[in-house]
Amino acid sequence: MLVLIVLVLASFGYILVRRRAIASVGGDQRILHSLPSYYGSTALMFIAVPSLLVLALWLLIQPMLVQNAVIGLIPAETINEGSSVGLVMSDVRRIADGLDTAIAQGAITSVNAASLNVETSNIRAQLAEVGVALGSDVAAPVLAAAQRYRAMNANGSTAMTLSVLTLALIGFALAYRMTTAAFRARNTVEAGVKTLLILAASLAILTTVGIVFSMLFESINFFRMHDWRDFFLGSKWAPNFRGDSDLSILPLLWGTLYISFIALLVAVPIGLFAAIYLSEYAGPKTRAVAKPLLEILAGIPTIVYGLFALLTVGPFLVSVFGRGEEGFLSVEWMSGATAVLTAGLVMGIMLIPFVSSLSDDIINAVPQSLRDGSFGLGATHSETVRQVVLPAALPGIVGAILLAASRAIGETMIVVLGAGAIARISLNPLEAMTTITTRIVSQLTGDTNFASPETLVAFALGLTLFVLTLGLNVIALYIVRRYREQYE
Amino acid sequence: MTTNPVKITARNVQVYYGDNHAIKDVNVDIEDKTVTAFIGPSGCGKSTFLRCINRMNDTIDICRVQGDILIDGEDIYDRKVDPVQLRAKVGMVFQKPNPFPKSIYENVAYGPRIHGLARGKAELDEIVEHALKRAAIWEEVKDRLNAPGTGLSGGQQQRLCIARAVATEPEVLLMDEPCSALDPIATAQVEELIDELRQNYSVVIVTHSMQQAARVSQKTAFFHLGNLVEFGETDRIFTQPEDPRTESYITGRIG
Repeated sequence: MLVLIVLVLASFGYILVRRRAIASVGGDQRILHSLPSYYGSTALMFIAVPSLLVLALWLLIQPMLVQNAVIGLIPAETINEGSSVGLVMSDVRRIADGLDTAIAQGAITSVNAASLNVETSNIRAQLAEVGVALGSDVAAPVLAAAQRYRAMNANGSTAMTLSVLTLALIGFALAYRMTTAAFRARNTVEAGVKTLLILAASLAILTTVGIVFSMLFESINFFRMHDWRDFFLGSKWAPNFRGDSDLSILPLLWGTLYISFIALLVAVPIGLFAAIYLSEYAGPKTRAVAKPLLEILAGIPTIVYGLFALLTVGPFLVSVFGRGEEGFLSVEWMSGATAVLTAGLVMGIMLIPFVSSLSDDIINAVPQSLRDGSFGLGATHSETVRQVVLPAALPGIVGAILLAASRAIGETMIVVLGAGAIARISLNPLEAMTTITTRIVSQLTGDTNFASPETLVAFALGLTLFVLTLGLNVIALYIVRRYREQYE
Repeated sequence: MTTNPVKITARNVQVYYGDNHAIKDVNVDIEDKTVTAFIGPSGCGKSTFLRCINRMNDTIDICRVQGDILIDGEDIYDRKVDPVQLRAKVGMVFQKPNPFPKSIYENVAYGPRIHGLARGKAELDEIVEHALKRAAIWEEVKDRLNAPGTGLSGGQQQRLCIARAVATEPEVLLMDEPCSALDPIATAQVEELIDELRQNYSVVIVTHSMQQAARVSQKTAFFHLGNLVEFGETDRIFTQPEDPRTESYITGRIG
């Protein structure tokens, strides 16, 4: 609502200032420093940008301030055993919102709401009537906190509305006053546009930094509760929501690396050969058809690959390696459809376009003169590829493989569906294993309490994963860039 | 001047790039142990014709060659001829030095290796040393044979490429503007080298520089718009051209 008002104000400002600019030169636009629309845009910027910025900050900061003030009102004994400040605060918020709803529906008047008392009325019942369910009867301090919460929020909103509107008006006045024939509105708009672009760029970077820090802090919380030696050096993964779990990353890391290794074993030869065919042997027509087709593989959602793993590849592998006498090989090596091999094969298929597309670009970057040189010496095409083109492209290809590897390590959906859920360290690719990503998913889904090591371990796992893939990416990009420089 | 036996014979050669008739009915006899220069303005087809002699044009899809080219009386476009084998016999040096991203030694050993010319390491060492000496670069690189070939200077790289071509013991050496990417000093070295190579090979060189053609070649062919306009002793072509187009070109009026 407030945003709308500011925007309407801004559009009015645009029109008025534009008019004033034209009027200031008696309608002769050539005397103006800039086109009239630039003056209007300046007004738009002056009105909307500072006020909306303040609005955004206010909305971020007010809840924190209010919460801090309200928490002080809740005595420690109100907080039951097994509960926490956070839970009580959410009660406070629910009651406050419930009262607001009740007033809006006319169940109680605002005067009544302010003077509610735990002794005289059953607040739980009253709120239930308007559709707000409370978990327990309302204690007096909680009600007081809720009242305080409402009051502060109401005051805060009024103050916010006022200051935002004042800022908008000041901006309007400034823009209006500055509009003269000599005012360089064009340059002002230019500076504004630049600021906007910088803001967008820095926002993206800041978000990344924010994600890393939030993971870092939660991981630190985790390591306060859980021994880091168990996490990094232990050998068992057995989360137990009653506490006292074995939370070691090693079995998960093993599963992750093993599955990624199999995936690369599939993807690297196929992807590389496909790239060599496309860049060296295929004619322009074949290439125009085959390359996009191959890249479609990259566009398939990974959950679909997961289904493919679970419903097609897994049962197929079981029919080959499992089922005893009825199977193709008459062996009983595989007990279920979910296995390292299942996930690895399907992930390998997913990675083929990554490897092939990047390698194809890199092979194309090898100068034609090298090929000519080799042909000119009487080498065949495959000799040329093997002995000249591939060695020349090798650093770039290694980079492509590392990028694919980092993608494999971070992959989630395929392993959730294809790899199984049993954490173990084993060399048998026909057994089910589990990965870091799937354990993060399972630790955070369902009813969770964000204060126990069993859930916080997800952040430590995530951070480790992040560091792993970041490292691989950095190395890969470094190699690829060095390679590009070599031939440019 | 003594006349050497004919090494390469071209009869009614036509080359098409798609619809473009790039070489029109060229007939020429190139002698053994002689340097033959192809000169002419850009786009006249001299490089195209050169690439017909070792069938490098086969690697270009839209290129078609008609007519006969014979080396030692054998038609190289005959179906029995393997173009890959042919290119071992007809070496080529390109406009831009293109050493492989390998060591100097491996660059030279590349050809002998793929053709199985050496039995054992000692023999290969000998071939490499011999080729590098032939290309007059041995003294400069003998102490760093394992250094990458791409680390040499432009002139050294080009001589390395010549050594690489010589190492497969070709009978004909084709050079497509071998000095156009080199400075005058490196050019002088390569030209001197070409003159020495004449002792053993039939050398065909495409060049944009008429001075270079005059310096290194004994026979000169002038190409214009896909036609072979004039072919003869270099001295005569540059002093008494028969065709008015040749005269215009060498006096600097066209091209």
